[in-house]
Amino acid sequence: MFVPCGESAPDLAGFTLLMPAVSVGNVGQLAMDLIISTLNMSKIGYFYTDCLVPMVGNNPYATAEGNSTELSINAEVYSLPSRKLVALQLRSIFIKYKSKPFCEKLLSWVKSSGCARVIVLSSSHSYQRNDLQLRSTPFRYLLTPSMQKSVQNKIKSLNWEEMEKSRCIPEIDDSEFCIRIPGGGITKTLYDESCSKEIQMAVLLKFVSEGDNIPDALGLVEYLNEWLQIIKPLSDDPTVSASRWKIPSSWRLLFGSGLPPALF
Amino acid sequence: MAATFFGEVVKAPCREEEEEEEEEGRRETPEDREVRQQLARKREVRLLRRQTKTSLEVALLEKYPCSKFIIAIGNNAVAFLSSFVMNSGVWEEVGCAKLWNEWCRTTDTTHLSSTEAFCVFYHLKSNPSVFLCQCSCYVAEDQQYQWLEKVFGSCPRKNMQITILTCRHVTDYKTSESTGSLPSPFLKALKTQNFKDSACCPLLEQPNIVHDLPAAVLSYCQVWKIPAILYLCYTDVMKLDLITVEAFKPILSTRSLKGLVKNIPQSTEILKKLMTTNEIQSNIYT
Repeated sequence: MFVPCGESAPDLAGFTLLMPAVSVGNVGQLAMDLIISTLNMSKIGYFYTDCLVPMVGNNPYATAEGNSTELSINAEVYSLPSRKLVALQLRSIFIKYKSKPFCEKLLSWVKSSGCARVIVLSSSHSYQRNDLQLRSTPFRYLLTPSMQKSVQNKIKSLNWEEMEKSRCIPEIDDSEFCIRIPGGGITKTLYDESCSKEIQMAVLLKFVSEGDNIPDALGLVEYLNEWLQIIKPLSDDPTVSASRWKIPSSWRLLFGSGLPPALF
Repeated sequence: MAATFFGEVVKAPCREEEEEEEEEGRRETPEDREVRQQLARKREVRLLRRQTKTSLEVALLEKYPCSKFIIAIGNNAVAFLSSFVMNSGVWEEVGCAKLWNEWCRTTDTTHLSSTEAFCVFYHLKSNPSVFLCQCSCYVAEDQQYQWLEKVFGSCPRKNMQITILTCRHVTDYKTSESTGSLPSPFLKALKTQNFKDSACCPLLEQPNIVHDLPAAVLSYCQVWKIPAILYLCYTDVMKLDLITVEAFKPILSTRSLKGLVKNIPQSTEILKKLMTTNEIQSNIYT
């Protein structure tokens, strides 16, 4: 359930909710970190459930001593009212059998809060691509029918690739075709539930492999930015890309502590 | 995917939790459901009174008023409270949390002896609103929220202060130096927004995080605006260890333990005795 930081729940009517799926390479979550950090979004509440593994730490977006001691938990909500943006960040994995209940609770909150639309940032296993996908852009999008009605023209103008259907059971040749997002965590469930509940939802994903997924996250936020223009559009110089997004202080030591000098 | 030495292709571990399990869930048969429900019942957290062997009808802190709650999680934190706090007053047992998971040494979930009762709750006889919890078992991730519900209940109270003590291995601590060069054991703290006092040690720096039951309790307190502080001792000795336990000593002078600690030299003696009785003579042949 959503628990506000302050005394009352903020009004989110008409806002766009950005959220990650816990997926391969944690790309959605890394992308959310970049968005929250770059836009300096303020924390407005917690999404407190028994569905996610508990974790705590100090403010992951700290920029100075003064703002570094605010406690953060595994699911928090941030907002930027001037852009009508609200962001949900998920920082841990689902407890066994709890991912479906989480989707239900989340979508119920989306409906009750009055959010106009949801954009899910996700990823899918790059090794599962077919031949055509291997040769094209690694970015894909998916829209629920109600979202298609409102943004179809904009998406068309961006020349984006829609996520292709693939065999439901890959090993069987005469299997039906359906949308599959291997490695996407709850992405498919969220998408299916939103279709049936007539929620305006878009899924933006990238085909990735596990590893250093920071470049993938930067790619995904730039992809999102082509549409939402949350920061200034990209110039022709691709080297400028990385510096436009503020890397949060919590990304320090992503691959572990320092090494003992005696090792060498 | 990765190829092994023998040329077979295997699925490499992925940071994302398997979705296949969820797809199986959709095709769950009644038998699968029955097995899953049986396992859930086995793993249920139960709060009971050992003296009467009856379950507590309501959550612990819904039954009793609480102004202060000190929770020790792990053997070193438990030994610290046993020696320095529990020996300085008269503490009465008010309940015990019984639970089973794969980490438990016993397979018998119905009969737990007094040495195995893992999570025991006490209150101070002279001031019954002061509670203490000695938790020496591992509470698994699917049991942590149940534990919170059984202890705190559904109506969070803001007028109590919570102190949590626990240990973690020093290799969990992220630093730009090598963890081998750190002067362990050392103490770090994490506190909720509403905890206004200062900690007796530095706060845990980014990007370090805490998991398990201490994180579950602290998250609950942060969300429901309850003042709480977690004292985390990073050590390279996870079994019962005198130096690790003594690393918690700076907490004795804080407001969290104010009035609860009387005779420190005597406590130190008790601690040393606790160490010797727990020492297991071991070598590779036993």
